[in-house]
Amino acid sequence: MPSIASRSLTLSYQRQVIIDELDMQLPKGKISVLIGSNGCGKSTLLKSFARLLKPTHGSVILDGVDIHQKSTAAVARELAILPQMPSAPEGISVRQLVSLGRYPYQSWMQQWSVEDEAMVKQALAQTGLEILADRPVDALSGGQRQRAWIAMTLAQDTGIVLLDEPTTFLDLAHQIEVLDLLRDLNRRENKTIIMVLHDLNLACRYADHMVAVHERTAFAQGRPEEVLTESLVKTVFDLNCRIIPDPFFGTPMCIPFGRDVPQ
Amino acid sequence: MDKLMTVRCGGFSRRINLSTLLRLVLALALTLLVILCSLSLGKVNLSPLAVLRILFSSADPSLTFIVEQLRFPRIFLAALVGAALSVSGLILQSIIRNPLASPDLLGITSGASAAAVLYLSFFSVALGQQFLPVAAMLGAGLATLAIYLLAWKQGASPLRLVLIGVGVSAMLTACTTFILVFSPLTTTLSAYVWLTGSVYGASWPEPLALGGWLLGICPLLVLLARQVMVQQLDDSLAQGIGVRVQWLRAGLLLVSVALAGAAIAWGGAIAFVGLIAPHIAKRLIGPGFGGQAAMAALIGATLVMLADLAGRTLFLPLDLPAGIFVAVLGTPFFLYLLIKQRH
Repeated sequence: MPSIASRSLTLSYQRQVIIDELDMQLPKGKISVLIGSNGCGKSTLLKSFARLLKPTHGSVILDGVDIHQKSTAAVARELAILPQMPSAPEGISVRQLVSLGRYPYQSWMQQWSVEDEAMVKQALAQTGLEILADRPVDALSGGQRQRAWIAMTLAQDTGIVLLDEPTTFLDLAHQIEVLDLLRDLNRRENKTIIMVLHDLNLACRYADHMVAVHERTAFAQGRPEEVLTESLVKTVFDLNCRIIPDPFFGTPMCIPFGRDVPQ
Repeated sequence: MDKLMTVRCGGFSRRINLSTLLRLVLALALTLLVILCSLSLGKVNLSPLAVLRILFSSADPSLTFIVEQLRFPRIFLAALVGAALSVSGLILQSIIRNPLASPDLLGITSGASAAAVLYLSFFSVALGQQFLPVAAMLGAGLATLAIYLLAWKQGASPLRLVLIGVGVSAMLTACTTFILVFSPLTTTLSAYVWLTGSVYGASWPEPLALGGWLLGICPLLVLLARQVMVQQLDDSLAQGIGVRVQWLRAGLLLVSVALAGAAIAWGGAIAFVGLIAPHIAKRLIGPGFGGQAAMAALIGATLVMLADLAGRTLFLPLDLPAGIFVAVLGTPFFLYLLIKQRH
């Protein structure tokens, strides 16, 4: 199983430095969650992990090798990325969309091998989409659509899956559904999952490893219990809060407040 | 539901959609029927059977001349022009990810037009008409290259391509009008026919030249077919599944210019085919570039052949440019498909 890390990674847009000299190792076979305020660079960091962004300095190390030394296709066999709000080709069916995940394994000659068929079937089964397989993606609900995209990354058969805010625009029930699915995949298939999440409480519940991105670096990282403290939330999000253990799961629960401080 | 068939043989494997195949066979039959009708009708009306007799055995030499030397090359040219414009539009719609994209919108047509009018005004007296297609293709290529380079900003994004394409296109159209205003009347007339798009007076060398060119592009199309669909995903997703997005986009743009540029060079600036024929094809055939491209080619060919047939038969003895009738014929059918789909 491949590992992912960064060595003095510096990322910038035009002249503005977004991430500065970051050294970080993300644990194999675990769920890592990146948190941070809007515009702190967590999505940018995720993009650079997927080789979508060239670092100004330093490197992303995938499986011991600089990711920019590898070909686009080689990276695609080790790592899958699901960006925020992806758009599907018009009229494409769920099965066709999931089949696109097999692209890095196909060639002009070989476009639907036995393995392709098996992996697509498995991906549809894992995401519970078999009955919806022939529906157009446009006709699915938000939660189903997100499952279809996740199925596509599963068909890609990679050890690492990166997701940028996979729960945005989903209602609470579908957020939980997607996160449960990702955790199942992590536990059963031993996939390394790295995602950006906005909801701190859900992030704490599903993360094995948490990284708070702030001031152009990994401001804090470790288990959610270690990372999410009242002072961290104040520094990173500029927000007052109380942190109490979740009465149900025991993971940290953040209760934010603005000007109305409870007595 | 679509019926899928899997073909595997050694290192070769494909998934084939049987309903797509069936629809393509039907469309091919329709296209052949339109060819036969076009060969039969004109100033001299023949029966389809008589046409078949002329083609496959011997007949009256004057009738043979009408069918084989006057009508056939013209019909053949119309079919090739329509097919090339339509496939070009289909590719453009997928790389721009915008259903309104077409060779007309993206400056390919206006580049060719500006160059053609320039040639007709200043060079045709000295060099003759035979280099007009070269000038038009050059214009199409240069306009697209300019648009691509202007759109470049750490890669060429679809949105920048379409915005700059529309801008450059408007500018070139203004240039064309400007040149026309200052040209002598005879030049203006021939330029106007060219700008509308006409296959009038085509003889065998023209469809053969265009056909040869298109045949040369076909292998590229077959090679890139697999990649057109993934190109429609977001850039980051496409790259995430292993596509070299910028290379692919440049390659596909080149293919679509080669197709549309050549079609316009020999058939004139026939508008609307490149927009409407791919849409009709997409309504008839589900996602997947191979099937859609084949269907788009057949629809485009049929549309221009019918437009030319209307142009040369409806207002006899006048012979009107095919370009006039493309929209008249294509739009109702397109609207019918849209309305049918609403229910």
